[in-house]
Amino acid sequence: MNWFTNLPKTKRNVLIAVAAFVVLSIVRAISGENELTSHFTIAVTVTAALPIAMAGLGALMSERSGIVNIGVEGMMILGTWFAGLFGYHWGAWAGLLGGAVGGAIGGALHALATVTFGVDHTISGVALNTLAFGWSRFLSGAYFKGRGAGSETNSPGFNSGKTILIPGFGDKGALAALEKHHWPVVSDLAGVLRGLLGEWTFYRFVAFALVPIVGWVVFRTSFGLRMRSSGEKPSAADSLGVPVYRVRYIAVMLSGALAGIGGAILVLNNNGGYQEGQTANRGFLGIASVIFGNWRPGGVAAGALLFGFFDSLQLTAVGAVRALYLAGALGAFLGAYLAFRRKKSRSVGIWTALGVGLVLVFVSKFKLDEDIVKALPYMATLVVLTAFSRRLRPPAAAGMPWRKGQST
Amino acid sequence: MNRRTLYAIAAPMAALLLALVVTSIALLAGSHNPLVAFGKMLTYAGSKDSAVVIVNKSLPLFLSGLAVAIGFKMNLFNIGVEGQYRLAAILAAAAGAAVSLPAPLHIAFIMLIAMAVGAAWAAVAGILNVTRNVNIVISTIMLNGIVASLLGYLLKHVAHVKNQMRSTTELPKSAWFPDLLHIGKGTRLYGFVIIAAIVGVGFSVVMNRSRFGFDLRASGINPGAARASGVNPKTMVVRTMLISGALAGLIGMPILLSDSHKYTQDFPTLYGFSGIAVAIVGRYRAGGIALAAMLFAGIERASQILPQPPLRAPKEIGTIMQGTMMLSAVVAYEVVRRLGEAAAIREAAAKAGVVAA
Repeated sequence: MNWFTNLPKTKRNVLIAVAAFVVLSIVRAISGENELTSHFTIAVTVTAALPIAMAGLGALMSERSGIVNIGVEGMMILGTWFAGLFGYHWGAWAGLLGGAVGGAIGGALHALATVTFGVDHTISGVALNTLAFGWSRFLSGAYFKGRGAGSETNSPGFNSGKTILIPGFGDKGALAALEKHHWPVVSDLAGVLRGLLGEWTFYRFVAFALVPIVGWVVFRTSFGLRMRSSGEKPSAADSLGVPVYRVRYIAVMLSGALAGIGGAILVLNNNGGYQEGQTANRGFLGIASVIFGNWRPGGVAAGALLFGFFDSLQLTAVGAVRALYLAGALGAFLGAYLAFRRKKSRSVGIWTALGVGLVLVFVSKFKLDEDIVKALPYMATLVVLTAFSRRLRPPAAAGMPWRKGQST
Repeated sequence: MNRRTLYAIAAPMAALLLALVVTSIALLAGSHNPLVAFGKMLTYAGSKDSAVVIVNKSLPLFLSGLAVAIGFKMNLFNIGVEGQYRLAAILAAAAGAAVSLPAPLHIAFIMLIAMAVGAAWAAVAGILNVTRNVNIVISTIMLNGIVASLLGYLLKHVAHVKNQMRSTTELPKSAWFPDLLHIGKGTRLYGFVIIAAIVGVGFSVVMNRSRFGFDLRASGINPGAARASGVNPKTMVVRTMLISGALAGLIGMPILLSDSHKYTQDFPTLYGFSGIAVAIVGRYRAGGIALAAMLFAGIERASQILPQPPLRAPKEIGTIMQGTMMLSAVVAYEVVRRLGEAAAIREAAAKAGVVAA
């Protein structure tokens, strides 16, 4: 395995992703659960991943500037409400903008509490989540109720824009023909391509574009450099003339705007309608994807896709969950092998037992209850965080209260 | 009155005032007269019946506030109180219906089961945190999500359906907590008040008079110093999560033992989240939390009058009042802390004969 550990990090990650895909494809072929990588599952995955990714990018901006943002969920809620409002009055594009505005308002509140008043970041974030829930319910009752189909819990609907189909990716195209054969790897690839690139809405395009844009802002602009230095060592940044307070305000408001766009995407996906409880913890999944992605935009996108995948299985392909036992078993055997190489005999035993157990569960055709399957995204998040939380490097000053002029 | 008490009173008052201002703006925006609305709310919540209802409703809020506070006090953010109490309530309800015991034992048994379930569920997050460094906020939120599914599953497979309502079997009379007072018809004060008072006193004693409480507060204020003085941070995290979860397990008990006597699919939710607000406004102290719980229950009760004529205002006014109080309270406490700090520095400087800058 030396050649592997010697590879640069990006190449290693790409390799891991490719290996995971091949394993998934083999598992799909063995189990015969073809929905696992069908274009439909993948399309739903992407749809589910976009809001999570936006919330994640938002949390990333904020944490890179040194402000922990548990409030993304609340900012997302505000985003859904304002997207409903703007969309109802001025159409789908305005809805997206409204989401950003609503989220940024939440961000401004969080910045006021944490940057200006030095309140604990987590407490302020939790407070913001509660506040956003209460306000959106009140505002809906005060404004949406009595307008069209609106009520205390939802806005009147609006047209959320056209869906553009890419020729060649449809049901009669070449890729569809390839997908139907259910060959290992090749058919899976066809399904993934169709699901990923087959259908476009304007907001899907915007969200896809925002991932590299955020990466560029964070790592290639002078604002990004100031932001990161505020998140690593604010005193040092301050001594070099970086306006830490202002940079943090901007970063947290941008964070809110991104989370709000995530909320707006939920509204647009819902055929243009705000609905109470629409965010359903997706803001928190966004934060989890930041941890999974080690505070990097590409990693956030990967994490969001992973969580979106479990979300889509839960929605569309409950049966295919069975195939995951097999994937889990393969993962456990890999773990056993790695532990064997490191000569940790106890870990080898645990991993092997887990692997054998999962194979037995797969063979026994045990079916999970659909209520339990609903918890899949949450269980997956816990497992992923359990596996990845140890080798991380969060921004050094994230979560620390800091006031201009303090000694360290 | 010395300066410290003045500050201690000023902060929550400022928070309440700001909440009133914000709610007034919301009321004005809906073309309601805020003064009339507040007047109606006060008279409604001030009646004798209301007083009893408010005390009853404040019990779960109080317990939830304690469960949250013990973690928050050492910067351990257990957001999972919501899931912990709901899981505890359904399992305790099912276990209580399955056994037959003499009255006091039966109640004690149900409460023990609830505390054990809450503690175990909270411990999952604690153990993941100390062994695998998993963020407590995220893991407890995810555990809340898992509880929501588990409840659906349990209600479908363990409970039964009656009048289109899924619920556990009703508890036998031996598991009904006796009432303390009966006022008129239907209005009664839950006997659970006594349990809550005991828990509150216990909380205070443990926090302020025990080694554990000292270690806990030290870990919150200065983890480095606590560690240097021999506090094992990992043990502290697991222990605190266990206690927080056990307290969370009690939240559903006043409802289960004194009111519903079974876990139904419309068992009250969201107490875990309101508990966060109550703990913050109450400054993580038993007395403060009790007052905050009464205040929140009072707002809840008072806002019931809002939708009725002649006001016809949305009752969500109460929700935004609570939410605003929570955020303004944390800000107010921080401002007051800074003022106190600055005053202390000035005083010390004056004593030393230095002119403060």
